[in-house]
Amino acid sequence: MAFISRGFRGKRRDTASSSRVPPGQHVVNDFPVLSAGPTPRPDLARWSFTINGEVDAPKTWSWDDFRKLPTETVTVDIHCVTKWTKLDTSWKGVSVDTLLEGVDTAAEYAVAFSDGGYTTNMPLDEITGHKAWVVYEYDGQPLHPEHGGPARLLVPHLYLWKSAKWVRGITLNKEDEPGFWESNGYNNHGDPWKEERYWGD
Amino acid sequence: MGRLIVPTKLSWQIGEVTDIVRETPRVATLTIDVPAWSGHLAGQHVDVRLTADDGYQAQRSYSIASPPEESRLAITVERLEDGEVSPYLVGELRPKDKVELRGPIGGFFVWRAGDPRRLLLVAGGSGIVPLMAMIRHRAAVGDQTPVRLLYSSRTFEDVIYRHELERLAGANQTLTVAHTLTRSQAPGWTGYARRLDGAMVEEVAWPASDHPQVFICGPTSFVEAAAGLLVDHGYEPGWIKTERFGATGG
Repeated sequence: MAFISRGFRGKRRDTASSSRVPPGQHVVNDFPVLSAGPTPRPDLARWSFTINGEVDAPKTWSWDDFRKLPTETVTVDIHCVTKWTKLDTSWKGVSVDTLLEGVDTAAEYAVAFSDGGYTTNMPLDEITGHKAWVVYEYDGQPLHPEHGGPARLLVPHLYLWKSAKWVRGITLNKEDEPGFWESNGYNNHGDPWKEERYWGD
Repeated sequence: MGRLIVPTKLSWQIGEVTDIVRETPRVATLTIDVPAWSGHLAGQHVDVRLTADDGYQAQRSYSIASPPEESRLAITVERLEDGEVSPYLVGELRPKDKVELRGPIGGFFVWRAGDPRRLLLVAGGSGIVPLMAMIRHRAAVGDQTPVRLLYSSRTFEDVIYRHELERLAGANQTLTVAHTLTRSQAPGWTGYARRLDGAMVEEVAWPASDHPQVFICGPTSFVEAAAGLLVDHGYEPGWIKTERFGATGG
């Protein structure tokens, strides 16, 4: 017989939107912060965004150039592996498809890299096809450094550690290279609907 | 295909609560006998899953308080008034009850005895829990690495592990504990009586020239402030490991 916690009923506050809440998650209304070290201090004059790795020629944008790229505003649900889900979050930024326009590559994998040394890996087809953005506004305001500003990756269909804060570029690779959390016990793929939280899930 | 990570599935296990100790009015430590526990490192956490009789489930993560050297697992839980899981763990649960959990989780916010770097631990409220696992680990193996703990609580009654910290610091010159109480202080209080600030960091933290290792755990605003003060103090961001929790940990 399945395990039952004696005397537990639960608050069931998520029932109205339960079809949007992956297994093991609960809805929050605030925006918790999680990161492994101090929040970097942004320096827009020296900021750049780079696509490199398995490409003929790396592409790099300054902050001013990046801000001139076509933008999209998306409203998505986000899911953190620490169990919280936040519904209907609104972001503005540049689609990864736009950043990869004209890039000829044999790569099948990508590693996003950030200020502070953070990395996270994904199959390339998980961040193309209108599934990922590099965002610099949250809820109509410049993205706060605590939440990854000046710019972060947004890959809403995977757990939020894939949405690298303080992102500075994407390296395209022929082989899969586990990133920071992926090397520290967290799942290599991270699909919240399959509850791929940890190694072996 | 690239570097292979050998997956070891973290299975759900059922443990039996053997002991519940009230640490403060809102905080309790649960000691849990988990028969197939694989061991853990100081600083790691576990996921706890509760299941109602109709199948409804809720999961949360809790830091492990016990050192790797102890056979029984201990977690210290703060009861959040609007929480879903913590009021059950601190309130409903009794010794001999069963609880479902899996872990240990997290390979970054961990400290291993034998690391030669001086250690600075900075705790806000129940953020002391994973840092206490480190302090207990160090005591259990007789590690002599110099450690300083800066621990911020709201009131004297809210200080978790107060007696044990006093005893450990009294017994070992290499552990120094500095408390600050941010909300109220009893007459005769000799510790700090304000929020963390640069002057406090200057007095308590190792000089940057020592290249210490730092672990900070607490609410987000506390961790942001503490990490910022330490960077201002000359610490490299790479020396500092943080663990944050919001008010919605539940």
